Amino acid sequence: MNHVLYVRLLDLACGAFLLAGVLVLWRRDLAAIVRLFAAQGVALGCLVAVLGVDAGDPEVVGLAVGIGLLRAVALPWLLRRAMTAGGAGRETDPRVNVAASLMVAALLALLAYAVTRPVVALDPAPAVRAVPVALTVVLIGFFVLVTRRRALSQVVGFLLVDNGITAVAFLTTSGVPLIVELGVSLDVLLAVLVLQVLTARMRAAFGDTDLDDLRELRD
Amino acid sequence: MTLLLTAPIAAPALAAGAYAAFGWRRGTAWLGAVAAVALLAAAIALAVHAVDAPRTGLGGLLRADALSAFMLIVIGAVAVPATLAGPGHLAAERTAARDARRYGVLTQGFVAAMALAVLAASLGVLWVAIEATTILTAFLVGHRRTRNATEAAWKYVVICSTGIALAFLGIVLLHFAARHAHVPSSGSLDWTQLTARAAQLDAGVTRIAVALLILGFGAKAGLAPLHAWLPDAHGQAPAPVSALMSGVLLSVAFYAVLRVKVIADAALGAGPARTLLLTAGLASLAVAAALLLAQRDYKRMLAYSSIEHMGLLAVGAAIGTRLAVLAVLLHILGHGLAKSVAFLASGHIGRISGGSRIDAVRGLAARAPLVAGGFGAAVLALLGFPPFGPFASELGIFRAGFAAGLGWAAGIALVLLLLVMGALAARTGRMLLGAPPDAPGAAKLPAALPVRLPRADAAALVLGLLGCAAIGIGLGPLRTLLDHAATVLGAH
Repeated sequence: MNHVLYVRLLDLACGAFLLAGVLVLWRRDLAAIVRLFAAQGVALGCLVAVLGVDAGDPEVVGLAVGIGLLRAVALPWLLRRAMTAGGAGRETDPRVNVAASLMVAALLALLAYAVTRPVVALDPAPAVRAVPVALTVVLIGFFVLVTRRRALSQVVGFLLVDNGITAVAFLTTSGVPLIVELGVSLDVLLAVLVLQVLTARMRAAFGDTDLDDLRELRD
Repeated sequence: MTLLLTAPIAAPALAAGAYAAFGWRRGTAWLGAVAAVALLAAAIALAVHAVDAPRTGLGGLLRADALSAFMLIVIGAVAVPATLAGPGHLAAERTAARDARRYGVLTQGFVAAMALAVLAASLGVLWVAIEATTILTAFLVGHRRTRNATEAAWKYVVICSTGIALAFLGIVLLHFAARHAHVPSSGSLDWTQLTARAAQLDAGVTRIAVALLILGFGAKAGLAPLHAWLPDAHGQAPAPVSALMSGVLLSVAFYAVLRVKVIADAALGAGPARTLLLTAGLASLAVAAALLLAQRDYKRMLAYSSIEHMGLLAVGAAIGTRLAVLAVLLHILGHGLAKSVAFLASGHIGRISGGSRIDAVRGLAARAPLVAGGFGAAVLALLGFPPFGPFASELGIFRAGFAAGLGWAAGIALVLLLLVMGALAARTGRMLLGAPPDAPGAAKLPAALPVRLPRADAAALVLGLLGCAAIGIGLGPLRTLLDHAATVLGAH
């Protein structure tokens, strides 16, 4: 692949990846949040595919397909199933409002650039230069996790963290060894399955899945 | 060698398969205990073979050195009493057949995942195994399906999975640094390769990676600041599962921290990892002391005591001299045995008093001497009384701290530890010896009816306590293994 084209495609995929993450903060409709998460999965798959084609590594291209299927199809499908069983599909009153959330996202991006300076300094290749973008998504994921009240939004926060980390892995070294990558994907899938079952149980026990109801256990 | 290396993982995994295939019935009920004994036997055999030179198997995926073998012995030693108590627990709770089958599959899978974690040759496989323990134990924490159990399981999965995701980010960055230090791709997450090339690792990237790894695995080990899931999860899980989670799962996660520290010390010098561990350790001790002072639930009391002991381990690891490391390893075993006995006894107390409130339990020693004796002795061991193991190991950690010029840290830890001891001793004393309850709301126990324990449950309590006392009196052949494990951890 021509180097200029490679850098442009890489930037495009990273831009889409980040945009989907930021938009999650903007939307309150849970169905839209899940759609954005699926779009981010597609962007991540494309990102990995671009890296694989450029490196001429068929294994990475294969992994890109697997990652795309898991994160753009399988996980959103599980989330949608949890949602249809649920009913009311809106993030009611998050702890931080939308405007402030978007401001925080900008600050998190600055933080990500500051923290990753040693990483970019070690290898200033175009892919490594995009690591701060991936780390921003990780931080946005954490932010969603602590500020959203609905169980499903929290799961999406956890998955944003995970998408961001996967992006860091591929941007730095074309991914960790294959066996670890497979194990990680399986663990994430199972974790979401477990959370889905727990969401259903919580709905049975609490009536709804607003996590503010989780106040029984405290000291 | 591959056979011996895979045996500790295969034995519980086969038992899990058997439970999945045949369900929990009379013929399979004791299979879990058999698998645990097999695991312990394989661990001892492995310790004999791997004590002076590491052994690899399964194409380099698994490696056993003295430290792995020691951790396997800890897993086996705690799994034996915990699985012995399993059938009694399920029978007493009148668990439905379907739930009992799931209990069997998940507990055995959980033990197998812990064995894989300590035998993994690479940081990546270790991570996968530790995250697998979270997934396998999630439904065990939520086993009772009550509101509280579901809440605890939710918090457990969300906090531990995100905490450990941080550790994965650390692994990714360490992998990046390793590839730039020309570590070959196949071994780029392997302990020995990483330690051997540590000097070439980029300091800036490695520093971020180590901080993330210690924070992430620390979350799973119950170290502050990501400890909030622990009292809920350990308080709500069935007693034998709490015994396993508190007794060994925390230590297995701490084992990962110890492995990371070896790489960090070689790459960055002792400073960065020491600062992180001291901060996390002292913060954990402070959290445990603060929340134990007003604790009203005895299962949560034991859970906070686990946070305290993990904090103490972190302080010991931060000190890092040979004496400190030996004491830390001994403390892992002593705490594992004592805490598992305490949790198993707490399960019986819960059935006698019908809850886990400290107020509901009074004068237990008169009604159920064996349960009360087991609980009391285990708490004494946890408080650091001789002749039990933790006495020797806590003494070792504090002596090492004052000798290594970290007297201020050891002093703070000692003060916090005394607070914890006071809180724990006062509550336990009331539960065991206090006057029988006559206030309304307190459990009305038929005083005439002595509480009889099934033989296996009694054996589990006694075995755990005997083990804990034995290592406090003399280490015997374990001494050589501990010496080699300390060398693996870079303590000279």
